[in-house]
Amino acid sequence: MNKTLSKAGGVIAALLANPVLAETATKIDQYQLNLTKGVTDISADVYDLHMLMFLICVVIGVGVFAVMFWSMWFHRKSKGAKPANFHESVKVEIAWTVIPFIILIAMAIPAAKTLIAMEDASEPEVTILVTGSQWKWNYKYMDNDIEFFSNLATQSEQISGKLPKGENYLLEVDRPLVIPTGKKVRFLVTSDDVIHAWWVPDFAVKQDANPGFINDAWANVNEPGVYRGQCAELCGKDHGFMPIVVIAKEPADYAIWVNEQETIQKQAKAEEQRLLAMNMSMDELMSNGEKVYMANCAACHMPNGEGLPGVFPALKGSQIAIADQPKHIDIMINGVAGSAMQPYAKQLTMSDIAAVVTYERNAWGNNTGDMVQAKDINVAMNGQ
Amino acid sequence: MSTATEELHHDDHHEHHIPSGIKRWLYTTNHKDIGTLYLWFAFIMFLTGGAMAMVIRAELFQPGLQIVEPHFFNQMTTVHGLIMVFGAVMPAFTGLANWLIPMMIGAPDMALPRMNNWSFWILPFAFAILLSSLFLEGGGPAFGWTFYAPLSTTYSTDGTALFVFAVHIMGASSIMGAINVIVTIFNMRAPGMTWMKMPLFVWTWLITAFLLIAVMPVLAGAVTMVLTDKFFGTSFFDAAGGGDPVMFQHIFWFFGHPEVYIMILPAFGIISQIIPTFSRKQLFGYASMVYATTSIALLSFIVWAHHMFTTGMPVAAELFFMMATMLISVPTGVKVFNWVATMWRGSLTFEVPMLFAIAFIVLFTIGGLSGLMLAIVPVDFQYHDTYFVVAHFHYVLVTGAIFSIMAAVYYWLPKWTGKMFDITLAKWHFWCSLISVNVLFFPMHFVGLAGMPRRIPDYALQFADFNKWISIGGFAFGLSQLIFLALLIKACRKQGEPVSAQVWEGAEGLEWEIPSPAPYHTFETPPVVK
Amino acid sequence: MSVSSGQSQNSKLVMKLVFAVIGMFGFGFALVPLYDVLCDLTGINGKTSDTAAVYESVLIDESRLITVDFITRTNTGMPWKFSAQTRRVKVHPGQMSQVDFTAMNPTGRDIVGQAVPSVSPGPAAIYMNKTECFCFEQQTLKAGEKVVMPMKFYVDPQLPKDITYFTVQYTLYDVTPEGQDVAMNRR
Repeated sequence: MNKTLSKAGGVIAALLANPVLAETATKIDQYQLNLTKGVTDISADVYDLHMLMFLICVVIGVGVFAVMFWSMWFHRKSKGAKPANFHESVKVEIAWTVIPFIILIAMAIPAAKTLIAMEDASEPEVTILVTGSQWKWNYKYMDNDIEFFSNLATQSEQISGKLPKGENYLLEVDRPLVIPTGKKVRFLVTSDDVIHAWWVPDFAVKQDANPGFINDAWANVNEPGVYRGQCAELCGKDHGFMPIVVIAKEPADYAIWVNEQETIQKQAKAEEQRLLAMNMSMDELMSNGEKVYMANCAACHMPNGEGLPGVFPALKGSQIAIADQPKHIDIMINGVAGSAMQPYAKQLTMSDIAAVVTYERNAWGNNTGDMVQAKDINVAMNGQ
Repeated sequence: MSTATEELHHDDHHEHHIPSGIKRWLYTTNHKDIGTLYLWFAFIMFLTGGAMAMVIRAELFQPGLQIVEPHFFNQMTTVHGLIMVFGAVMPAFTGLANWLIPMMIGAPDMALPRMNNWSFWILPFAFAILLSSLFLEGGGPAFGWTFYAPLSTTYSTDGTALFVFAVHIMGASSIMGAINVIVTIFNMRAPGMTWMKMPLFVWTWLITAFLLIAVMPVLAGAVTMVLTDKFFGTSFFDAAGGGDPVMFQHIFWFFGHPEVYIMILPAFGIISQIIPTFSRKQLFGYASMVYATTSIALLSFIVWAHHMFTTGMPVAAELFFMMATMLISVPTGVKVFNWVATMWRGSLTFEVPMLFAIAFIVLFTIGGLSGLMLAIVPVDFQYHDTYFVVAHFHYVLVTGAIFSIMAAVYYWLPKWTGKMFDITLAKWHFWCSLISVNVLFFPMHFVGLAGMPRRIPDYALQFADFNKWISIGGFAFGLSQLIFLALLIKACRKQGEPVSAQVWEGAEGLEWEIPSPAPYHTFETPPVVK
Repeated sequence: MSVSSGQSQNSKLVMKLVFAVIGMFGFGFALVPLYDVLCDLTGINGKTSDTAAVYESVLIDESRLITVDFITRTNTGMPWKFSAQTRRVKVHPGQMSQVDFTAMNPTGRDIVGQAVPSVSPGPAAIYMNKTECFCFEQQTLKAGEKVVMPMKFYVDPQLPKDITYFTVQYTLYDVTPEGQDVAMNRR
């Protein structure tokens, strides 16, 4: 990259931008004007390329407009300008066809270089499968036994304005992705339903998540920190509410985190097995079920169970919720193809699924009196 | 050929009076009436789509969900886009074509007057169907005007059927309009009106019409596939049945990119008519303008995938589409340079059409340059689907296409009505629009670069201040258009000073040789072009 | 010129344009097979061939070792348990290897499944030659049934040098014909 150009770009950016720009990335900058430099070598290259293109465009624009405004000022009829007679000039016309062409080639070369570097996904040290679904991300570490969902953590009261909005409003999740610094991390990106796009500006990574297909992207993060992004492809109702948070840790800290997570996930599985043997009371099921319902189901089926007519079905009075219990459990576990209803077997524990099914069969006047226990869920999931 | 065209109006010869009332408009085959209908329809749609934009901007005025639900917000962005593209910009250009092409080439009417009537009158039904879908249970289309599968197929509401039906009708209307334009230009030029004497507006529309014929059927195919995927069990775009959702994007953008030029080439034609008039100097590089337009049209077929760089294309394909896209800036640059060279050492005056034309050149160039930045694949990964893109295409479509339509209306309105429009109101309209449109769209570049994705109903706090300004600009721009409405109503009531046949001092061309207002029937005996 | 000649000139041109319109409508649909051909040639989107390759005794390229990762997923609504018995293999180009996948139907009904492969990075897809794969056809599992499904493949030695590592994903879809199991609440 041309040093002087990018330096000049920096000067312009500094002139345009608010001085706050220089401060830490996490601090909210209300007047950020420019692209982030990011925290990878690639994102820095992309930034330089962006500034180079921007400057070339500014120079061209200023040049053309200067000529135009010159003639608007000096060649006006009110100043007695008499129209000239020329209306073509082969030389000039060839010149302004060829010169832009040369400028374009000058632009294309550094762009091609950066692109080829970006697309070289060989020899990754960590591979993570990123799966988008309406409207959350799932992260699965291919080299370790770690898998989890990452949901929006902003309270709905903040969105509706009942509570003041926090610093990271809409850019915070319950479980962020953790990656090591200084290592090539490969992201395999796919989707469970519609097309999403996984975008972290600080890594200059934006990759569409196509259902049934995998794409890849990678990042080698230089500095530890918290990096935030969002889904970038319209994916339905809550497209604006599926952020991405990535925490980059030093390799040693990362190793500790991985161990911790593996232990936690193992323990959780053991705990789930233990709970299988236990029967819960109706009260326990209902109160736990309500909690799970509000956190996972109410966004679509609404807190009153009435759904959104024509978009999300009502549970209140639904045949499945008051009669067909095996189907009810099946839908909870496996989801419904071609709808926003996801398989919750991966997202919730068996006892939570049991509780929420019980809740849905007894709330809002669905009073079936049915009780579903974790072991029923286990049978449905894993066979007899 | 010339005498034949005269005979075409055999029917009309019997009625020398203009029929009145609703029947005049329902049954009319007169190109001027149909042009007026198209233009009013486009303006009503512009206000409708604009009202939706106001809803969008009101919701985005501050962070949080205040006014609408996200699902309704998505319907607003979708229908706003569809209405502006298919209901406002395209019909407005067709209206201008109807009014002007026969007058510019010395023809008595369009070649296929009955089809002309049809192609207009199916449009209101198309948009009635589209708008009525908003009132269905589950609402109207909420998947963006680009209707990417599978969001528009498996995951959409049943209102999609109405959307598909409406798009089919809009497509049929555009295709009929395009056929009419081509046949008129090919067969009905006055004696002596050779290809290279045709006004540029006629040239650019001819090329646009060919683009329409080439790509509107592809759009029809795409929506048909969406329909069968959703309702009839095919799986064009469903991986489970061997389909591929990315293929939808290839098919859509094969239509979509030429569509972009369909919305800008006639604008180039308009600007190429207006700039020479108020520079009192012949257009610089007429021939190169024609060649540039043709090459833009041809290149538009090999750049579609630049809308899809993040879908996971092989590097070679990304490089190809990047280079091809950058190449388009060469002929586009030639056009801008030609306009500037036309103004150079002219004798400039700044009547309202010229003001809009100059604003077009500056603001369209800004939109074009940001388009060039978007073509660069590595940085497009950062720009893609952010407000930077929203800023880019609104600069080319609002301050490009729509400003050119406004310029055209101001330029030819005195010819149509025979009276000069209210110049004070027009200047108010221009300056209010110019300032507000930049307050509206310029900060979108910044929020886009700072990382705000498009099509979201709520956003993080760091985007709050700019969004407030954007919304204020949006409301101001919306209100400014009411000035235009008032001016047009006054003009239609035939208020104002009578104008001469030439209207503007520097105006040249056949349409300026007939009296103002243009009589109901013109060029029944073809003029001879020297 | 007479009236009729002017009119017929118009209608001739209109006919041509109408044919062009019909042709372009057809072309829109022709893009579907065209796209598939293009995918086969270039590996856009990482589609692998859906028919078995024939293993001819190709030269094994001992100088290179390619890492192949396998990912298994089930689509929403698909209740099968589906996994690869080996998650990662290292192979020399040209060398045959076998990976076994297991699938189990935990439900009380028969289900037909279809596995759809995808390779990343996409350009590797056309060098992934499968001589035997469960993904070539639909699989039916009876209630409670469990099967082991083998997949045999070799990596074409023509694989570009810069690809050293790729991932193959199989997504299982429930394609049980409707009626056999009435689609769950598609309301």
